[in-house]
Amino acid sequence: MPPPLSIDDIAARLDEVLEVEFTFRNTRPAAESIAALPRADQEFALELVARVASTNVEIGYRVAVHAGRALASMDERMVEAWGLNATHTYDRVGLRPALQAVEEVEQFVHLDRMRRHGALLEEAAGVLLHFLHGLSGRELKLAEGEAAWTDTETIHLPNALAELPESRDNFQLYKVTAAFLWAQTRFGTFRTPLIETLAAHPRPEKLLALFATAERLRLEACLARELPGLHREMRRLAAAAGEPDLPAEWAAAAEVLRAHDADGRASLAVALDNLDRLQPVVTCYQGELRPGAVAECMAVRTEKEKALFRFKLKELADEQRGRVPDAGDTGKEPRFEARRAEEESASLEMEITLDEKPVPPPEGMRRLTRSIVQDFGGIPPDYLVPAGPGEYDPRDFEAPRRDPDAVWQGTYHEDGAYFCDEWDHRRQHYRKGWCVVRECDVTPEQSEFRTETLHKYAGLVRNLRKTFEAMRDEDRTLSRQPDGDDVDIDALVEALADAHGGAELSDRLYTRLHRSERNIAVLFMVDMSGSTRGWINDAERESLILLSEALETLGDRFAIYGFSGMTRKRCEIFRVKGFDEPYGAEVQGRIAGIRPRDYTRMGFAIRHLTRVLADTEARTRILITLSDGKPDDYSDYRGEYGIEDTRQALIEAKRVGIHPFCITIDEEGPTYLPRMYGPVNYTVVADVRKLPYRVGDIYRRLTT
Amino acid sequence: MPADALKPEEYFVDTEPYYQPVGDEIAVFEAAYHNRLPVLLKGPTGCGKTRFMEYMAWRLKRPLITVSCHDDLTASDLVGRYLVAGGETVWVDGPLARAVRAGGICYLDEIVEARKDTMVVIHPLADDRRVLPMEKRGELLRADDAFCLAISYNPGYQSVLKELKHSTRQRFVALEFDYPDPEREAVIVAREADVDKGIADRLVKFAVMTRNLKGSGLEEGASTRLLVHAGKLIGDGIDPVIACRSAIAQALTDDPEMIAAVNELSASVF
Repeated sequence: MPPPLSIDDIAARLDEVLEVEFTFRNTRPAAESIAALPRADQEFALELVARVASTNVEIGYRVAVHAGRALASMDERMVEAWGLNATHTYDRVGLRPALQAVEEVEQFVHLDRMRRHGALLEEAAGVLLHFLHGLSGRELKLAEGEAAWTDTETIHLPNALAELPESRDNFQLYKVTAAFLWAQTRFGTFRTPLIETLAAHPRPEKLLALFATAERLRLEACLARELPGLHREMRRLAAAAGEPDLPAEWAAAAEVLRAHDADGRASLAVALDNLDRLQPVVTCYQGELRPGAVAECMAVRTEKEKALFRFKLKELADEQRGRVPDAGDTGKEPRFEARRAEEESASLEMEITLDEKPVPPPEGMRRLTRSIVQDFGGIPPDYLVPAGPGEYDPRDFEAPRRDPDAVWQGTYHEDGAYFCDEWDHRRQHYRKGWCVVRECDVTPEQSEFRTETLHKYAGLVRNLRKTFEAMRDEDRTLSRQPDGDDVDIDALVEALADAHGGAELSDRLYTRLHRSERNIAVLFMVDMSGSTRGWINDAERESLILLSEALETLGDRFAIYGFSGMTRKRCEIFRVKGFDEPYGAEVQGRIAGIRPRDYTRMGFAIRHLTRVLADTEARTRILITLSDGKPDDYSDYRGEYGIEDTRQALIEAKRVGIHPFCITIDEEGPTYLPRMYGPVNYTVVADVRKLPYRVGDIYRRLTT
Repeated sequence: MPADALKPEEYFVDTEPYYQPVGDEIAVFEAAYHNRLPVLLKGPTGCGKTRFMEYMAWRLKRPLITVSCHDDLTASDLVGRYLVAGGETVWVDGPLARAVRAGGICYLDEIVEARKDTMVVIHPLADDRRVLPMEKRGELLRADDAFCLAISYNPGYQSVLKELKHSTRQRFVALEFDYPDPEREAVIVAREADVDKGIADRLVKFAVMTRNLKGSGLEEGASTRLLVHAGKLIGDGIDPVIACRSAIAQALTDDPEMIAAVNELSASVF
């Protein structure tokens, strides 16, 4: 093992990465603390400082100062996470919180312990969300909060749980808590006049706490009936957390609350009657009750759902009338009634009758009905009046859709955009949610561009059609097969002759029809950066027209997207042709309308289009980039950074089974393309004007 | 040759298969049969389509010839082909031709899986001509009055390649199948898997939960068939949660997060 570095060596290296020449930082104390470490840790610390300093020198400096302390209390993996956490914080919210994150080594150590023994919402959320959707009723959302509670639409859970010693049990605690909060919405905790009672009461806190305990007992009984396995788990966790049994004075109340027909009102009555006699008993999974937030959420929802429900009834009434002509406009109001589908009072399913005849509820209405029944325990009579003409427009209640172009008017913000990670090679880690990506349409240009192109390349078009037609893997008959649809007479004659001659009779006597279905989806990713202005843009558009014509003959599924951007805040993907769109006048207009824009930030485009391509069903998926140069963007996306991010994005694409390929007109291509696409997955077309001639050829080579 | 080898057209269903009717599907099928109309069974996998066919074959006392279609199934596989035997070519009928000759019920299971040319063969059989063209022999085979063509199809597949064309589907009397309502499904599970009502109820409750997940992570919810499998395992003394995991969760998906969620659901129910 090499000897440890001296303080001076370390200081020299720190000076370099921390740019002391300009910043005049004193690296001495940091160097001293690092010098006390074994050699391997020294190298690790210096490396980490360099990685962090690539993002921000000040954060790098602080990491250097605290590295010794961090390495003393955590293993390397965690120290790395600690440093990178600071850079992520910097990306997200800026320098000051990032510096704070570095300082809080102890906090991070604590979190590390949580991670090892506790459960993190981040990791449990996937399973929990599926779990919640599997339980019946309204589809609840999941969100991080400082406590466990629900507003009847979203379940808030703390970001980490470490109440119990085992991480498995902590996950179970998450599950049980989520299920308990679900039970509140499912079994009518909020169908009580809780708010009014609390407001009118002299001791609202005590009342709420007692109500929470009473509800807990009632809901536990409901869960024991509905989900006995879950109830057992609740009991086990409560025991593991060392909770005592229910105090004896609660016994009588518990008896009442556990009855089959007890509802939220019963709990409220218990709380009101025993205000002085009983004390609240808390358990680890019951969370908090926040009647205010619930009331707010319910007010918005009930108004929306009532309008939607009445609107749906109107649709239903119209439809039923249309079906029975003589029941037409008799002037009689349709009379709707709602009845429980099953005798069991817990069911959420309702049967809707129109003039005493049951009507099948359309899809979508069933979910709405369930949600309403959850809120009210039934369908209130005023819901059963169909909406009058023009009374409601369901669109009033839809979330307003944002126009991607309008986002840029006024101050910029990030509404309605996708976020893409970006790879920072110096940090050796992703910048999370770094690029703000928007998908827009290209404005079609009504021109003679297609006709002109086809005319200009008339000879080539004929040629391309012919070659592409030949590529259609035609059905053909294979002879001399061991089995097949027909007898191969030639083979049979030969075989019989052989048999007469004493040789063995061959068994390859059939012909079989071979059908090979070309199953290819190809996505063309077109560089729309400013540098393509002029010849290059023309050549790109011409190539796309020619290729599209050829691909139409071939029958391969294809899509065309353009990309461009200016800084990470404005990454734009331009849809020219989606996979489902037919190649017609609209798409041809859009191809003609492709115009040079800003810069060439490539990583986000590859990541976004990878997703598009991965959602398309095909045996072979190809991503072809038409480009004119290196990845490049205003300020930060130059040189190695851009190349490394693009390379990382391509690796991600390959990982999901996509074959990337690049066609470039940059003669410098061979110096950087092998690094990004691999040694054979690119081709350089030196002369722009040859591009239209070459792309067809290249595509053919690529797919046969 | 084993002693009980049967020709396809000799396969009669002798004992009554257990079938729990959900609506008027038996009456509709019988009416279609007597009017020589072909039948299309629609529905998700494992909801009882094949069992229904067995039951109808028993009820109508006709042989049942089932062909499970796969993506390499060609028209020749259905109609027949020449084979070489002892230096001569011999024509051998395919299952569809056999059913047409014998007046049996030919059931083409998951028809959309088959190659497109099979559709062309069944079209003339499925309208009022009721003939099977045997191209290679230059013959038309007229169907016996007792012959019946039934096909099945799962509209739940979202693949564009697996849709039934209108020229095909509009020749058939369509019967829609779905999972039975919970009560009836529990009766079926209890009877088929021979478990008590309590277990069957919980299995069905669990299945409904997985069906809630259809579209948000699962392609299909648990079918009645899977419930019967799980029930049988439980009947043999396997712990219910483990039985649900092996017979249902693992069969539904490979996504580890989804499997975990489904397992948590089954652990909650039992």
